[in-house]
Amino acid sequence: MAIALGAILIILAIAWGGALIGLKYLLGVVLPSLALLVFIIGFIMRLVYWAKSPVPFAIPTTGGQEKSLDWIKPARLDTPTSTMALIGRMALEIFAFRSLFRNTRAVRTDDNGTPRITYYSSKWLWLFALLFHYSMLVIVIRHARFILEPVPFCINAVEFLDGLFQVGTPRFFMSNALILAGLGFLFLRRVCNERLRYLSLPADYFALFLLLAVVGSGICMRYIDKVDIAMVKVVLMGLVTFNLPTMEQVSQIGSIFFIHVTFVSVLLIYFPFSKLMHMGGIFFSPTRNLKCNTREVRHINPWNPPKKFHTYAAYEDDFRELMVEADLPVDKPLEESADEEPATEETNEKAPA
Amino acid sequence: MYNSKYVITGIILFVVLFTSPIWINICTPKYDYPDVAKPVGQNGEALECVEPTEWMRANHMELLIEWRDQALREEKRVYVSSTGKEWETSLQKTCLACHTDYDNFCKKCHDQNAVEPYCWDCHIQPQGNK
Repeated sequence: MAIALGAILIILAIAWGGALIGLKYLLGVVLPSLALLVFIIGFIMRLVYWAKSPVPFAIPTTGGQEKSLDWIKPARLDTPTSTMALIGRMALEIFAFRSLFRNTRAVRTDDNGTPRITYYSSKWLWLFALLFHYSMLVIVIRHARFILEPVPFCINAVEFLDGLFQVGTPRFFMSNALILAGLGFLFLRRVCNERLRYLSLPADYFALFLLLAVVGSGICMRYIDKVDIAMVKVVLMGLVTFNLPTMEQVSQIGSIFFIHVTFVSVLLIYFPFSKLMHMGGIFFSPTRNLKCNTREVRHINPWNPPKKFHTYAAYEDDFRELMVEADLPVDKPLEESADEEPATEETNEKAPA
Repeated sequence: MYNSKYVITGIILFVVLFTSPIWINICTPKYDYPDVAKPVGQNGEALECVEPTEWMRANHMELLIEWRDQALREEKRVYVSSTGKEWETSLQKTCLACHTDYDNFCKKCHDQNAVEPYCWDCHIQPQGNK
């Protein structure tokens, strides 16, 4: 945890210091462009790398009755055998985190002196993960106002709903509080649960701290240390329309903007090489994206070499004479095959043996 | 590569989605800072705002809400600016005395940045340009 926190503080120091000593153009224009490039190329390379790994068999991890006899009702979404049911399972996984919904908590209990293990339903992780991801989505959509001109109606609508309660000026966005709640829970879960604390690595904390830093700097920029967002939009529009903003325009924006942008850039660069890649990885989960049809379809290992079969018919062709001599039953009588040319060749071959 | 039909479709979707601002803006003319109508005096001289322009650009909403609270809830009608000058804490009498052109001032910048303040749910919009 100290390593992760240290790394975040170093990034903060670089961003803040850089903005103060006049590296604003580097941090606000060059870095985000490079970061986006690394993100997209890294993301594609990761997907291709995964796509090159063969998945030999369907892995039926059943959360319900598998399709069996006609009069046994199958759990279609848990054990999908049709493409539609499979799409249903994937959609629920992606949009509703169905696997996390099944999360359990194992507790050692006592049954009249006999130690037992009891599994309790534990939905907190599901709830806060959902809160975090949807808040993140809303926040990303809201940011589109800086890179689209004119701003489409739907983005205004999202913004309106997010700030529905009209608290304060600038208006308080619910997603800001919810994403902090989500991230806060995901962090406290690692700290307070001793098993999870033991399992957690610096990379786990780094991703959380980085997201907290992105969110924190963004919230700070909106509510506390404000910047001229009209100029921010000029700079960002310049980036997406390839009319690079001038040095003077960039230098008019306050330091906090560059801290926020640096954290976002680090997040984009870090993304394809980290566990955050579950964004693309969820589509490659073999236990979710393969049909549960191992009873109906024979899955053939794609890396098996082509197999050389020696059928019984060929075997009989090889040994027919010997078989007839030994009074073994043959499918094809000897007289017929003796007339054919290959049979004579066979006998010549077998003669030394 | 296995399942390349699906994987390549997915990659194309991903790239299109994450570079969509570039494609959507491909026909957008060069974006410039909103050209707002700066208030001028009778002889065309630039007027002084309650706080420096740079500060106002980033923080005007904070000032406005602070003025509302001071004027309406605390009945403090005098605002001392960072330069030491005294102003009457009033939207109608102070702000809108100079900023008379709603369409070319407030609205222009707010529209471009998708900000929808609800000032005018209660206040009368300045009609100076009409």
